[in-house]
Amino acid sequence: MLDIMNLTVEVDGKEILHEISLGIGPGETHALFGPNGGGKTTLLMAIMGFPRYKVTSGRIVFKGQDITGATLDERARLGIGMSFQRPPVVRGVKTRDMVTASIAARGGEGGVDIDRLAQRLNMGELMDREINYGFSGGEIKRSELLQLLAQEPELVLLDEPESGVDLVNMALIGEMTNELLQSGLGCNRTRSGLIITHTGHILDYVHASKGYVLLNGALRCRREALEVLDSIKGQGYEGCVACMR
Amino acid sequence: MHEVRSSAKTRELAGKAADKKASLGEDVDLSTYTSDGDKHEYQQDLSGIPSEQRDQMVNVGVTLDDLGLRGGTFLQVDQSVIHSSTSQEGVEVMPILQALETHSWLEDYWWKAVDVDVDKYTANVELAEPSGYFIRTLPGVKSINPVQACLYLGHKNLAQKVHNIIIAEEGSELHIITGCATHPMQPSGLHLGVSEFYIKKGARITFTMIHNWAPDIAVRPRSAAIVEEEGVFLSNFVCMKPVRTLQTNPLATCAGDNSVVRFNSVLVAPHGSTLDTGSRVVLQGRGSRAEVISRAITTGGDIIARGYIQGSAPEVKGHLECRGLILSEELGGVIHAIPELRGELAGVDLSHEAAVGKIAEEEVEYLMARGLTRDEATATIVRGFLRVDIEGLPPELAAELKQAIETSEQDML
Repeated sequence: MLDIMNLTVEVDGKEILHEISLGIGPGETHALFGPNGGGKTTLLMAIMGFPRYKVTSGRIVFKGQDITGATLDERARLGIGMSFQRPPVVRGVKTRDMVTASIAARGGEGGVDIDRLAQRLNMGELMDREINYGFSGGEIKRSELLQLLAQEPELVLLDEPESGVDLVNMALIGEMTNELLQSGLGCNRTRSGLIITHTGHILDYVHASKGYVLLNGALRCRREALEVLDSIKGQGYEGCVACMR
Repeated sequence: MHEVRSSAKTRELAGKAADKKASLGEDVDLSTYTSDGDKHEYQQDLSGIPSEQRDQMVNVGVTLDDLGLRGGTFLQVDQSVIHSSTSQEGVEVMPILQALETHSWLEDYWWKAVDVDVDKYTANVELAEPSGYFIRTLPGVKSINPVQACLYLGHKNLAQKVHNIIIAEEGSELHIITGCATHPMQPSGLHLGVSEFYIKKGARITFTMIHNWAPDIAVRPRSAAIVEEEGVFLSNFVCMKPVRTLQTNPLATCAGDNSVVRFNSVLVAPHGSTLDTGSRVVLQGRGSRAEVISRAITTGGDIIARGYIQGSAPEVKGHLECRGLILSEELGGVIHAIPELRGELAGVDLSHEAAVGKIAEEEVEYLMARGLTRDEATATIVRGFLRVDIEGLPPELAAELKQAIETSEQDML
């Protein structure tokens, strides 16, 4: 599904990621761990294709197609979707508008029942509010999930889906994230995912096969996701990396 | 006939102010315009309206095919009233001259909200043969369908001078949609429009005004409203087409306790247009409230977006919001937001927010990440920016307003 080869990325002229390589097969979900500032978000942004994240060498291949030079919107239409950790407020644009635009942009009629989905995500009253305006942390997560469920991407990039979510909402977010990855929307595509997580709480709901630690812009280990998590919990990132080396 | 409404005093004041420059906006030389337009025939069934006028009228929200959809209709071309009718009992629509003859008490409303000698524009409206409309709801009458009015400028180089009076009597409701238009190829012209609004105790007026002018038209509206106890005045102004110079700064006075005023403006200035528009509210009644909201976009022209709220009574509340978007990098264009608040005693609650800038790249990318192209993302954001959800506006008028904005958006984007 996704193959990243020797990817080096700079932001505002500064090299952040150094020769990253990883591959995610169809139906696989991988977890990305690492300290703040390690480059996790940069990797997601580079895969998604944000112009500020400049690939200076290496390649990104999605569904067999080299997308290293593809624009952000082209990648979205090809089937890559991302949840934002801190999405911007867009005044006057309602949540419902974003959801319908997401469906339309992918050319989908798709049988996505927006209102039903919104209801399941407890989003009813947020649908006609301006997107992200005055949303709580949990509301942002649910709104991002709703947009992705409507967009139906084949590769899902999630940036800390559990941060800022209270215990009551965690189950809902976790289950819906799992549903998103399991492509439980009546279509038979097999979705893949790459999830940034600090706490690993999301892994109680989502099965991630592999895990990585991204430290100082380099991928430092790759193993069973829960093993990596345990190791980080026990010994911290540096310790984890040292032990795996 | 002219003497019907003019006291010697107002005539004298007007005479003295005939050359008085306005405090705001470019000075328009009145001597370069003619006061003699063609005379246009009265149209009982509207079938004789030329198609180009018809199209422009429709673009500013006027319905010509089925007047039954409107509570009343007033159409004026140049200085001639070509149609005036009403289809709801208790709703009066007539040419102002006829109203002055019918209602002798109307002089009590004549230049009572707007001063005749504010500047040469008001003065010259007074000194001209009266034209314009009178619209009134009788006490307790609720306007079912909105009343529509259109002022059309067709004669080359004409100075169109209009004096309108709008009264909602006690406990009544009046909804008006009004369009000011000209042919897009109209070579030049001047529109001077005085509008005086009187909202009586417990009454409500919603007034939606759409302007579609042409690149060499000068426009100087002079409007004011007096709102009595528990009265509500909602005023929406949309100007998205080219106009050489437009300057207006309507004043609403919340004279009565718990009265409410909301001004919304949606402004677009293409290259070559200068809009100097504001809204002023004076909160004199205890517990009165005001909201002044403007959305300004330049695609190359200049906009001054003013707002003024004055709190002069206890427990009043006012909020100003000016937002401006500069869309064109090549053509330039300036947005100058001037929000002003004046509190005259403790216990007033006045606030404002103003923001001017270009579309945030972060927002464009957010939409692009959902699969929209850059152009689609930009259009969506602009559409959102111009979306004004106006509390208290009847759904039908909200739909008209939305449609007017969407039609103009297509030209702009």
